[in-house]
Amino acid sequence: MSVPRFWRRLKNVYNLIGTQCENCGMYYYPPRSLCPKCRRSSLIIPFKFKGEGEVLTYTIVHSATKDFEKHVPYILAIIKLNEGPNLTSQVICSPEEIHIGMKVKSVFRKLGEESEKGMIYYGTKFVPLLNHSGK
Amino acid sequence: MSVGIVSYGAYIPRFRIKVEEIAKVWGDNANSIIDGLMVYEKSVPDIDEDTITIAVEAARSAIKRGRVNPERIEAVFTGSESHPYAVKPTSTVVAEAIGATPNLTAADFEFACKAGTAAIQACVGLAGSGMIDLGLAIGSDVSQGAPGDALEYTAAAGGVAYIIGKKEIAAEIESTYSFTTDTPDFWRREGMPYPEHGGRFTGEPGYFKHVTSAATGLMEKLGTKPSDYKYAIFHQPNGKFPSRVAKMLGFSSEHIKPGLVVSRLGNTYSGSCMMGLAATLDIAKPGDRIFVTAFGSGAGADAFSINVTDRIEELRNGAPSVEELLADPIYINYSTYARHKNKIKL
Repeated sequence: MSVPRFWRRLKNVYNLIGTQCENCGMYYYPPRSLCPKCRRSSLIIPFKFKGEGEVLTYTIVHSATKDFEKHVPYILAIIKLNEGPNLTSQVICSPEEIHIGMKVKSVFRKLGEESEKGMIYYGTKFVPLLNHSGK
Repeated sequence: MSVGIVSYGAYIPRFRIKVEEIAKVWGDNANSIIDGLMVYEKSVPDIDEDTITIAVEAARSAIKRGRVNPERIEAVFTGSESHPYAVKPTSTVVAEAIGATPNLTAADFEFACKAGTAAIQACVGLAGSGMIDLGLAIGSDVSQGAPGDALEYTAAAGGVAYIIGKKEIAAEIESTYSFTTDTPDFWRREGMPYPEHGGRFTGEPGYFKHVTSAATGLMEKLGTKPSDYKYAIFHQPNGKFPSRVAKMLGFSSEHIKPGLVVSRLGNTYSGSCMMGLAATLDIAKPGDRIFVTAFGSGAGADAFSINVTDRIEELRNGAPSVEELLADPIYINYSTYARHKNKIKL
């Protein structure tokens, strides 16, 4: 990913900032500039998601691209945020632990890097919501 | 008007490696290392964790605990000796990730293990003078120890964030005092992956001289003595040094007990002393007086005298305590540790 491309959506990736249509109340992540339901009547505003949700489905990756060789085996999941939208993200836990319906919360992690001398990309991943009474 | 800690937050990665596991690889006697260092295990970052991610998690925890509006934060300073970039601030990422941008100042600090407390002092100055509303001072590290080096038994990962201001203070910083000299006891050259150190030279002319000088300097300045304090925290590169320096200064083992987390955590470098303070604030009561002295190789020490206020009770359950972060670890073997710490190049 090019540096400007990452930089443009940095606030969204760091803080799970999507959008909400004030007309119909629907939430969107990644952000949309137009509500597909309300179209011309869209009233789009930025919305910061709380960062909690559940695993809708997942896959365990054993054969990864070079950038992710050290992470193998790792989990990619579709997560349904409590506010409604679904997104794809890595879930940080062991393959034995992951299951459909698992409650998860967002954390700040390294998403990748261009190269040893290139830019480091940071953003949101998810972990099981089981520690510290949800604090 | 007084200045102090408005809120605080800590973060410790879940992975741990035991001293026995490291000793097994290098053919060392684990028991003699445990006896010598008073450290049983240390924290290890996940593959996708570094100083920045740890600093962000600690900062978010501090904001959550104190229910602080991040837009009030007008300075972010992150102390570390393992900033991921040589040029490109850790603090700008932190500021963005907590929603404090763009109306603030930010900078990274480096002073071995006391960069975080130097950041606290800068925030105390800025907030105390009225230049800023709130300042965020962080100590965060994924510290490095060369394979087979004595440092490998203690070099750990963790971070602590303190929000400093003049209003809604949970712990007043009544005074601070520093002692600094050019003492080459420990260093890492630009571009080098692991630090070098002077072995035993890091002890007497480094740690003990600076910590005792800063601590006695502050007590003389305030006219206080160890018995005036309920708790004390000293930089903890291992368990032995803070225990010995506490005794030298006249503090008891009860003074340092709540903050001595190194045995189960290792040395989190810039987060070390600040983690001990966080663990102490977790159990402190209004009216308790706390003495803190951080040490950074190179070398210097920052001493603080802190008075806990009634507001500490409001912060009590807002974010995970250090004890909660230390609980439920995932133990890993040396090969997994080597992968996490990028000691194996693919």
